Amino acid sequence: MVALDGNSIGGLLFEVFGTDLTAAQTICATCGAAAPVAETVVYLRAPGTVVRCRTCGSVLMVIAQIRGMSCVDLGGMAALDTGQGG
Amino acid sequence: MATAAVRGRLTWQTATVTSVVTETDAVRTIELDVPDWPGHLAGQHLDVRLTADDGYTAERSYSIATAPGEPVAITVERLDDGEVSPYLTEELRAGDQLELRGPIGRWFVWDTSDGGPLLLIAGGSGVVPLRAILRHRQRTGSDVPTCLLYSSRTIADVIYHSELDMYRDGAEVSYTLTRSQPPGWTGYSGRVDAALLAKIAWPASQHPLALVCGPTSFVEAVAGNLVALGYPAGRVKTERFGGT
Repeated sequence: MVALDGNSIGGLLFEVFGTDLTAAQTICATCGAAAPVAETVVYLRAPGTVVRCRTCGSVLMVIAQIRGMSCVDLGGMAALDTGQGG
Repeated sequence: MATAAVRGRLTWQTATVTSVVTETDAVRTIELDVPDWPGHLAGQHLDVRLTADDGYTAERSYSIATAPGEPVAITVERLDDGEVSPYLTEELRAGDQLELRGPIGRWFVWDTSDGGPLLLIAGGSGVVPLRAILRHRQRTGSDVPTCLLYSSRTIADVIYHSELDMYRDGAEVSYTLTRSQPPGWTGYSGRVDAALLAKIAWPASQHPLALVCGPTSFVEAVAGNLVALGYPAGRVKTERFGGT
């Protein structure tokens, strides 16, 4: 399967988090690399959506949706900064 | 203005197709009337959802082809083994309805305040969001020096050809044809490699901003070469698409 990038899950993240996160900065918990969500590596049907760090390849985020429920694992991320404060 | 466009909830809504324009053999531009459209930025995309009679749904993202202030349109390339694009390019007619949500994306966008010089690099239908950016630049009277390099397989695959050929006033459009070139072709040939980028890209010393959109392998090759030319990674914005 071809990897895409975080632009492709802008709608999904908006649905789950209630805001557009494509420009938000992620910090990888494994290697410390900072990158906008848009520039992460995304596999859309892994199954579920798997988001990986473009620097080290570690999993940053997993989102699975079934029967109207979204399961979100952010364990691979040290920070997710929307730049909106608060 | 830009802020108003991104606030609020993202909800599925029903749009009506106002026209379907043939761009190339495999590509159509679908113009839409979206009653509650909040406005969009150049470079944003929207999600389309198709629902089958049995309730099965398929969602795909498509770049918005028009500038802010213009009616919403998407440009879709037919993938013969695709689930969604054959319907959008061959079945859909003016008056049909389409479920969509958007606009989406805050990273792969350009507004006049982002400045330049601007380097736009498109592979295939990756030209769609970059066309929206060029139109926005034109409509706002921006004088940001802009260069679009558009890689296509053949001349017949070039989307928006006549429109792109009209750009002047600091916006330059170059083509490279990777598979075959017509007789007398004066544009570039072959892939967008380091040598071609070194020829056409703004020098890194001018602090250019690059936006690259295309298939994953294309984007990764181009972005890597731009970084090798001295472009800071943060000034190379990328958007990848794949045939799904």
